[in-house]
Amino acid sequence: MQPLSNRAKILAKKPMTLAERAYLPAIFQGLSITMRHFFSKKATIRYPEETRPFSPIFRGLHVLKRDEQGRERCTACGLCAVACPAEAITMVAGERKKGEEGLYREEKYAVSYEVNMLRCIFCGLCEEACPKAAVYLQADKMAPPRFERDEFIYGKDRLVEPVSPDARSQRGIQLTPEQAEVLRNKMAQQPA
Amino acid sequence: MSSLFFFLSFVALFSALGVVLAKNPVHSVLFLILTFFTISGHYLLLNAQFLAAVNIIVYAGAIMVLFLFVIMFLNLNADTEPHKSALSKIAAAIAGGSLLLILVAALRDIQPGGVDASTFDSQIGMVDRLGMVLYKQYMLPFELVSVLFIVAMVGAMMLGKRETGERNF
Amino acid sequence: MELPALGWQALVILVVFGVSLLIATYSTYAERVIAAFLQDRVGPDRAGPFGLLQPLADAVKLFTKEEFFPAGSNRALFVFGPCLAMVTALMASAVIPFGNYLQFGSTIIWLQGIEVNIGMLYVFGVVSLGVYGIMIGGWASNNKFSLLGAIRAASQNISYELAMGLSLIAVLMISETLSLREITLQQSVPGEWQFWNIVKQPLGFIIFIVCAFAETNRTPFDLPECETELVGGYHTEYSSMKMGLYLFAEYINVFVASAVMSVLYFGGFNFPFQYELRAFLAESQGMVTAHNIVTGLGVVAIFVKIFSFIFFFMWVRWTLPRFRYDQLMRLGWTILIPLAIFNILLTGG
Repeated sequence: MQPLSNRAKILAKKPMTLAERAYLPAIFQGLSITMRHFFSKKATIRYPEETRPFSPIFRGLHVLKRDEQGRERCTACGLCAVACPAEAITMVAGERKKGEEGLYREEKYAVSYEVNMLRCIFCGLCEEACPKAAVYLQADKMAPPRFERDEFIYGKDRLVEPVSPDARSQRGIQLTPEQAEVLRNKMAQQPA
Repeated sequence: MSSLFFFLSFVALFSALGVVLAKNPVHSVLFLILTFFTISGHYLLLNAQFLAAVNIIVYAGAIMVLFLFVIMFLNLNADTEPHKSALSKIAAAIAGGSLLLILVAALRDIQPGGVDASTFDSQIGMVDRLGMVLYKQYMLPFELVSVLFIVAMVGAMMLGKRETGERNF
Repeated sequence: MELPALGWQALVILVVFGVSLLIATYSTYAERVIAAFLQDRVGPDRAGPFGLLQPLADAVKLFTKEEFFPAGSNRALFVFGPCLAMVTALMASAVIPFGNYLQFGSTIIWLQGIEVNIGMLYVFGVVSLGVYGIMIGGWASNNKFSLLGAIRAASQNISYELAMGLSLIAVLMISETLSLREITLQQSVPGEWQFWNIVKQPLGFIIFIVCAFAETNRTPFDLPECETELVGGYHTEYSSMKMGLYLFAEYINVFVASAVMSVLYFGGFNFPFQYELRAFLAESQGMVTAHNIVTGLGVVAIFVKIFSFIFFFMWVRWTLPRFRYDQLMRLGWTILIPLAIFNILLTGG
């Protein structure tokens, strides 16, 4: 039969030489290979102590941002919930009372805001949909594993970022002391 | 020493009976191995270390392994055992009984010769003494046996050798 | 022998026993770490510093596992198998000389469990019994895979014992004694430079180490437990500490095989320039103290040799693939035995 291509390689099966039949040279060759690996650098990352570096565009756990005066940015417009392909976000809107101007930026705010981390696919569409730049997917935090399903429903207590500038972050990355200082100054200049 | 002797003798007799009386052939083989061990113990008491070790190596270590090997292959169980007719049972009893009779008759009159402690050579069972006897006094039979064994071993190797045209898998 | 010396001897036996167990315990850890390092991993490092408490954690795990008896198994023999494997493995280290004698006043303590003038035959005999534990356990499991493993173990051990014995005979021919202590002492005689037996018996050593691999059921000859074909081989049905005993017995066998190889071919507790060192120390410390120090260093020397062999066993295990069964038999019968006989002729000639 005519070969279809000329890529076929004809292998001649030669009888083994004495060195090959003695098998010992091959054993020593193999042993030297494994010994080289014995001293080579290990690929293991010892997880809790060492972590794999996150990609800079990693999308992890959600955060509800505050503005520079420490007020919640979210106005409970519901666009994120609409944009969410997994229907993981639910919220209840409420009206800002008198005297709460230091807490909420807009007149309408989210009384409750829940993200179901079991449903969420971390696509980041909520982040894109948000007109107030309130919700972000952090680049360095993941939803940790838990034992109960209801523990995966994150409420505002776990989503809203802290007031203190030292604990704030930008795109999920912890502010440096200098950035925190700038933010602190801004917050001090504009008292609520 | 004598209590050790009695203990070993008791175990030897017990396990020898076990070989005959055990229903399961594997148990029989294990009892036989135990018997060999007690016999080796007797050799040790008689200061024959070499004999004791060789007894263990050859009988317990090799031959009984083969016995066990074959019995495991055959997978003899109590229910697959063929029923023996009464005639063969009687014949076996008579044969065994007459062997016992002959042994008793032969051994009855033996006077165990005492050992003179002053002339007793404690090294008599050691390897070098045994070697001296084997290679001087019994040179010819020993060498003949060695040749026989070598021939048997070469024969086994020849059987194991791959013949031309034999299919390799 | 007066009573104090006998007491010392009992202490030595106890220490040898404990050391064998300790080494077997840490062999499990070493095996995992070495396997990991050879495969660019780091191995167990969680339990304690560098994972050194890992064997303890393993023991706790094994002890708390369920005791399982397969249906239709022979219960008595099922328990007896692992016990026998363990006992035969532990017995062999009794005659290995781990060091020269220590001298305190008039008491002389040999660092050896028990000296018999048939030491080598004793080791050989005990090693040949090791297969019973595997055979009985494999048969009593009432499992086809276990039985196949047991049968493989039996035929493999018998085949390789022949070549092993023949390679030992060559050593006997040059040493003219069966006592392991004398063989060790012969490999270093003061005043004249005497090489270790490996120099006189390189071929014998290669045959012996190949057979040692087969006798201890280590890769590339671990056909009895061959995971790819026989699930777990003879210990398929075993769980809990009975399984642990089998694994332990294997590591003790490796330890004993390493010790025997060190003694027979690598000079045991001898190390280069020991007599020069002793003479040097004797000037300042006195002869007795100098001798004791050199003996202590000798113990270190034999353990260094043993550990290198154990490492070699593991290194080979994680390098070579398993032999096929017919290749194994062919290697044993048609290559190793003729080679061993040739070696005897070479030594005799």
